[in-house]
Amino acid sequence: MNSSGGKGSMSTASSSAAWKAVDSVPDQFPAGLRVLVVDDDPTCLIILEKMLRTCSYEVTKCNRAETALAILRENKNGFDIVISDVHMPDMDGFKLLEHIGLEMDLPVIMMSADDGKHVVMKGVTHGACDYLIKPVRMEALKNIWQHVIRKRKNGWKELEQSGSVEEGDRQQKQSEDAEYSSSANEGNWKSSKKRKDDDDETEDRDDTSTLKKPRVVWSVELHQQFVAAVNQLGIDKAVPKKILELMNVPGLTRENVASHLQKYRLYLRRLSGVSPHANNLNNSFMNPQDETFGPLSSVNGLDLQALAAGGQLPAQCLATLQAAALGRSNAKSSIPMPLVDQRNIFSFENPKLRFGEGQQQLMNNNKQVNLLHGIPTTMEPKQLTTSQSIGNINMQVASHGVQSSQNNSSLINMQVAPHGVQSSQNNSALMQMGQPQFAHAPRLPLSLGQPIISNGVAANVSTQNGIRENIRAPGYNPVPQTSSMLNFPMNHASELPGNSFPLGSTPGMSGCISKGTFQEDFNSEIKGSVGFMPSYDIFNDLNQHKPQSWELQNVGMTFDDSRHSNSLQGNLDLSQSVLVQQGFSSGQMSGQNRNAALVSKAMLSAGDSTEPGNPLNASQHLNSLPVDNTIRVKTESVADVTDNLFIDHFGQEDLMSALLKQHQGIAPAENEFDFDGYSLDNIQQDQINGIIRTDE
Amino acid sequence: MERNPMRRQLQTLRKSLFDQGYLDDQFVQLEELQDDANPNFVEEVVTLYYRDSGRIILNIEQALERKPFDFNKLDAYMHQFKGSSSSIGAKKVKAESTLFREYCRSRNGEGCMRTFQQLKKEYATLRRKLEAYFQLARQAGPVETACRPK
Repeated sequence: MNSSGGKGSMSTASSSAAWKAVDSVPDQFPAGLRVLVVDDDPTCLIILEKMLRTCSYEVTKCNRAETALAILRENKNGFDIVISDVHMPDMDGFKLLEHIGLEMDLPVIMMSADDGKHVVMKGVTHGACDYLIKPVRMEALKNIWQHVIRKRKNGWKELEQSGSVEEGDRQQKQSEDAEYSSSANEGNWKSSKKRKDDDDETEDRDDTSTLKKPRVVWSVELHQQFVAAVNQLGIDKAVPKKILELMNVPGLTRENVASHLQKYRLYLRRLSGVSPHANNLNNSFMNPQDETFGPLSSVNGLDLQALAAGGQLPAQCLATLQAAALGRSNAKSSIPMPLVDQRNIFSFENPKLRFGEGQQQLMNNNKQVNLLHGIPTTMEPKQLTTSQSIGNINMQVASHGVQSSQNNSSLINMQVAPHGVQSSQNNSALMQMGQPQFAHAPRLPLSLGQPIISNGVAANVSTQNGIRENIRAPGYNPVPQTSSMLNFPMNHASELPGNSFPLGSTPGMSGCISKGTFQEDFNSEIKGSVGFMPSYDIFNDLNQHKPQSWELQNVGMTFDDSRHSNSLQGNLDLSQSVLVQQGFSSGQMSGQNRNAALVSKAMLSAGDSTEPGNPLNASQHLNSLPVDNTIRVKTESVADVTDNLFIDHFGQEDLMSALLKQHQGIAPAENEFDFDGYSLDNIQQDQINGIIRTDE
Repeated sequence: MERNPMRRQLQTLRKSLFDQGYLDDQFVQLEELQDDANPNFVEEVVTLYYRDSGRIILNIEQALERKPFDFNKLDAYMHQFKGSSSSIGAKKVKAESTLFREYCRSRNGEGCMRTFQQLKKEYATLRRKLEAYFQLARQAGPVETACRPK
């Protein structure tokens, strides 16, 4: 790598530093550009590799999306750009795109032999920085470095702009300037930033001079704070500077916030694009970046399942939640209708309150993870939100008094109640709430699955080795990150009877329980605190469409929420879990579960789509999810319970398996991705196909 | 101008492949990637292509044996196959792939089967020709087997 001293300070660390500096481009640039190319076609892969090498780029090739994500996660700053095929067997290229955009914020170029307008459009809406038609020619590859530079430049620009917008922001500005200009401040920034992320981040910062744009890992916690801040300010008024102030996270720069905001907006936009209600909201944000969020939610939703199932949801859920939260926060204003209540959700206060009330511990935990790097997969950005929500969720749950107000577990119990009857009640309660917050909470812990599970629940989660895997934190150490994640949910869990959460411990129940609680929280959250307006709408729609099982509704709700905001993520998970639980607990639920699962799936995928189709979508996702996870395993057990109301009873099974699997270990981190594969659009479109086809 | 008669023969053979429409410019791209470090790059890629795409052909064949046709699946397979074929510059094969996909989209089973037969023929023909080409290239000499004007 070239760490040619580049104007900046390429001194340290990674040669990547060289690339980080927008203004200071090393002389050899673009030589040495680190490219990751993903394509399942070996012929194309070898040709691309050779072409890229001929351009003097550093090439890493892989033929599976999951592998690519793993590589990227492990080596957070090891690449400058990613080139990926659209059609891949293990994961849809767009899903991968979203993942990468959210987690690593790398420019991604899509390629395909397909030059159909709608496919290219998908690339655009999902945030791809370019779209190449196969067969790819050398000329096309020679200039891909421009995307790297452009991305960096935009990131800086945002900062500058936001800085100028706000006047009193002297400080910010100064710090910004400092970043840009002197290395004196770097030390400050660095140290503060250190807290945020892994050392990698800091390292990067250390390296280059101010010009370099450090990569911030948006952990669930951080993201939650971000979303809360955005909600508090109001989407329209949310400018990076103010958001930064509200968030009050040392080491976080306005640039980080600005670029994250951009993504968030994109996500919201995507969400709103899907859902009619969210239009208002999303329109404002129409940022392609939002797209990334969308998919995440779906993914997260799935995670929930996993979580629910084995309490291993962790990472994924969080991510989803975050994504959802992300989407949601912004969407606040746009969501018309039922969203009104949701507005509250959006408002920062609510979540805070909630969080604070019950989740002190969570908060603490969350903080730690704020800057978790690569929180497993998508969770990261969402995680922030999740944590917040978790707190809320717990609270919510309690408030609704579904079961035992205090303990989530109680709530969960309700839901899970194998007896089914109770659960339904709870579920419904949850459903209402279903707000993302809920999702967050459970998610976090689950996703983290790892060590973090500070709260009690976390402990459970952590035991679940499986969870860790789920988290799949890209390059994170699962432990720290997960902890944050886990913490959150854990807190909730702790509230619950205390063990409800332990994913591992109670095979079906735990998963369910946590889910159940979440559900409640979600629903309630949605109403009041979560403020995920967008999700709410969707949820409503969903509910309307799916009267059949509350689960479905819940699922829908949760999903929506998650999608929009972090909590969404959680929601989805919750829904999933709820579903799962339902399935387990009572056969009767099975039908519902299915629906729920389906719905969840739909929600997940659609994120915004509240249409009835959603459930289908959800189902789809669900199906797609369990690719590897434990969920599969459980499927068998669940299978009996649930008939297949939906073609896709995947979700249910997945949930079940996830639940059962808890003990076994999470492994399915991979699954997460599977889910993700579906972007909202896909979900809707494919849901039917997927459901019907399923095995495609 | 090639003085070496074998090289000249190689050039002629190569030109005919292009003139007759078996190969398109993408093949030239591959040739340009060949260098001293990878003197047999083109041949390696083509070999890899035939190996991998053979698998897809098989899948399609099996899919065509199941009635009713799963057009979506067939289309997906062919999409894959087309991507591969286009990346090595297999022009005629690619054209048949496109036609096949159109028939899939219009749910024309007959058309699919017919086209597939044609595709397999082109696929086999190209393979033969390329094998002859590479063999000649090896005989003509290690360098410039792909004979591209510098």
